[in-house]
Amino acid sequence: MYTAEFDYKKASSLQDALSLLQQHPDAKLLAGGHSLIPAMKLRLAAPSLLIDISKVPELRGVRMEGNTLIIGAATTYHELETNDLVRKAAPLLTEVIPHIGDPMVRHRGTIGGSLSHADPAADLPAAMLALGAQMKIQGRSGSRVVDADQFFQGMFSTALGEGEILTEIHIPALSGRQAYEKFPHPASRYAVVGVAVVAGPEGVRAAVTGAGEHALRLSRLEQALAGKPLNAETIAAACQNLLSAEGLNHDLVASAEYRAHLVDVLAKRALLRLV
Amino acid sequence: MADKATVHITVNGQPHTSEVEPRLLLVHYLREHLGLTGTHVGCDTSQCGACTVHLDGQAVKSCTVFAVQADGSSVTTIEGIGAMGHLHPVQEGFWEMHGLQCGFCTPGMIMAAADLLNHNPNPSEEEIRHGLEGNYCRCTGYHNIVRAVQYAADKMSGKKSVGAAADD
Repeated sequence: MYTAEFDYKKASSLQDALSLLQQHPDAKLLAGGHSLIPAMKLRLAAPSLLIDISKVPELRGVRMEGNTLIIGAATTYHELETNDLVRKAAPLLTEVIPHIGDPMVRHRGTIGGSLSHADPAADLPAAMLALGAQMKIQGRSGSRVVDADQFFQGMFSTALGEGEILTEIHIPALSGRQAYEKFPHPASRYAVVGVAVVAGPEGVRAAVTGAGEHALRLSRLEQALAGKPLNAETIAAACQNLLSAEGLNHDLVASAEYRAHLVDVLAKRALLRLV
Repeated sequence: MADKATVHITVNGQPHTSEVEPRLLLVHYLREHLGLTGTHVGCDTSQCGACTVHLDGQAVKSCTVFAVQADGSSVTTIEGIGAMGHLHPVQEGFWEMHGLQCGFCTPGMIMAAADLLNHNPNPSEEEIRHGLEGNYCRCTGYHNIVRAVQYAADKMSGKKSVGAAADD
């Protein structure tokens, strides 16, 4: 399959990428390309220009600043799953990433690409919400930081505005014990439902992907467990009817009711691993 | 029409300079511009892994990389990983353990398996199956493919001293 025609430019720096984006409002950013290129081959996307940001130095790598893990948006899944800083500061990511695609996909795909694409069945958005991550977004006039809770806004829709680039992901280091449980789609291995949980000193943070239009916090679960010890009884009591089936995704593989059921089951399994 | 781009790509050790349309996929560059047809187009949707090659030492699906993205890079294809009489241990494993039936998925399987063994020289059966998750075989099934990778792992770690069984 061939994509529609496009021009291709390599951005040498973040400033370069931002000015190219400003000059060409219909351009798309290309990092790993593992969401964008398939969409272009199906002609679901036909940008006139691709701005390759995969080698932009400001967008790459992993570092700690104080108690915050900072991940450059164009860092690949493979780099993250083999990174010791990530393993120590956010083991949830080290657990979640091998669920994504396959080794070849993980060699190319990037964390920022996945989060900006905001596929409703992607694994990472649930992890970002459970970890309390923040997204650093750069525009021509400056940068801003957006909580993961405000970043995912709809199906394939985020807080990123026109001409803006997601540059970094900020994650509070080791905010608690962490686990991810997923029911994969039998063919695509995307999440039919995936639940990420983090149990820290301030309580449990939990989030789900695959169930709705975008990843979302399981606030009913968080509230049900507030101030309670985590044990088999409290978990079983809390993991009931976490989401109403109304408005949930439904397709050939799983009805909305089944997805709602999976949320309860997977949340329970994930939490039991933390006991 | 979009401007053509000049790319410098080293393939199987040989440098090439080519004028390509930006939308040319790496797999088509290899097959149609360089005549290296060992890399196959299977599903063309980033799923099946028949098009797997090594890009700067990492296995990638060449149907999901534009040739312009490989500018300045080194690519290894199935034609470059071994030679008749000097097969790569993974190639030898597929031969010895009958890891194929129709052979269509085999180049991609071998490139993915070689990458897996580069990262993990002594994988468990489960790790081999997980590591080959992005490669589909639609005829043999996976048992002999797993055995072929185990054979290669043993050979590469010196546990198996097998002669040049696959010379001709």
